[in-house]
Amino acid sequence: MRLTVNGRAHEIESAPLTPLLAVLREELTITSPKAGCQQGGCGACTVLVDGKPVRSCLVPVAAVNGAEVTTLEGLGTPERLAPVQAAFHDQYGSQCGFCTPGVLMATHALLERTPKPSRDEIEEALAGHVCRCTGYVKILASVEAAANNGSVS
Amino acid sequence: MAAVTDVLLPTSPDEAVSAFGDGTGVTVVGGGTIVMPEISAGRLRPSRTLLLARAGLAGVKREGGKVTIGATAPLEALVDLPSPVGPCAANVGDIEIRSRATLGGNLCAGEGHGAPRGDLQGALLAVGAQVHSAGSGGETTEPLEDFLAHRRERLVLDVSYDEPAAGAFVALDRPHTHEYTVLAVSAARLADGSVRLAATGAGSWGVRLPAAEAAVADPHEAGEAATQDVTPNDDALASAWYRLQVLPVLVRRALTQLEENA
Repeated sequence: MRLTVNGRAHEIESAPLTPLLAVLREELTITSPKAGCQQGGCGACTVLVDGKPVRSCLVPVAAVNGAEVTTLEGLGTPERLAPVQAAFHDQYGSQCGFCTPGVLMATHALLERTPKPSRDEIEEALAGHVCRCTGYVKILASVEAAANNGSVS
Repeated sequence: MAAVTDVLLPTSPDEAVSAFGDGTGVTVVGGGTIVMPEISAGRLRPSRTLLLARAGLAGVKREGGKVTIGATAPLEALVDLPSPVGPCAANVGDIEIRSRATLGGNLCAGEGHGAPRGDLQGALLAVGAQVHSAGSGGETTEPLEDFLAHRRERLVLDVSYDEPAAGAFVALDRPHTHEYTVLAVSAARLADGSVRLAATGAGSWGVRLPAAEAAVADPHEAGEAATQDVTPNDDALASAWYRLQVLPVLVRRALTQLEENA
């Protein structure tokens, strides 16, 4: 099997039913997708598969053979943050950071399909992402900032 | 994840049907939202797994007053369909779950751990959907009611229904987007004027509400009658008692919404 992850092609040796999450973390040592609940209920493992956000813990790797996968590592770098990363940084949208990679991938996908989302649309898009630190006020402000070139209404 | 397993990845509907055979010993994976957590937790060790991801069964067609939904159509592809099917699909999980969860998995879902599954069963019962499936004895097309009785032995290929003249969907608010539906009622007025009602969450799987249907002229009476149609469970989300208290209310609301949508 083959996967292209963040622009780089990989031959995959894991068993076909291995969750994509385990392939990313354990075979490829790409660790931004987090293994939270591992049953699709927390959002921390969210990555993009061919541009669409999915729960990588729910996807058997054989089902996405040949796909392009984007993780948080593929959005930006510490020197050159992607707009969503910069907005979460500026607005203190991350505390312990465990949910943050999944939230950022979902936010990135939201802004790709809806560049100026309403508050309701943001809440709907992130409804499946559980944060146990801060509550959601800072996270929602960060998404609004990302949609408005850094400023919060 | 080292278990040795035979994994089949058909690339056409015909290949999927022959790979499924009579279904003996085959674990079918549509979107994986039900099966993968079982595998990850070690509760399920399938010996033969049929992945439908590339089987060409994901189409959704809406033409000439008829809707046909392929077995692996994701629920997110259904959210814009008219009530009750669209709003029912939109009430499942969040966008990332809906993008993976499939129609077929929703119809074949087991009873689940402490909560009813299979939201679309209710909405599709209300619109009188027919299920086209394969398995022992070959391909059949039958009403969803009949299919549900032996759903675990069949491979869903597609589901079709005539668009109703009007539809309605009402559900109790979910405590969180990841919770299964506590209770929901779907209603449809068919082209011949008859009204069909069905519930999700009022038993182990979707059920039609024939006693309520017989009383639709009086929504209050229909609501009370619906309690004779169901055998709700006590589970982690709600007690059977609570569901029986709420069901008449949802039936009334569904019938009111059906009038508004007519």
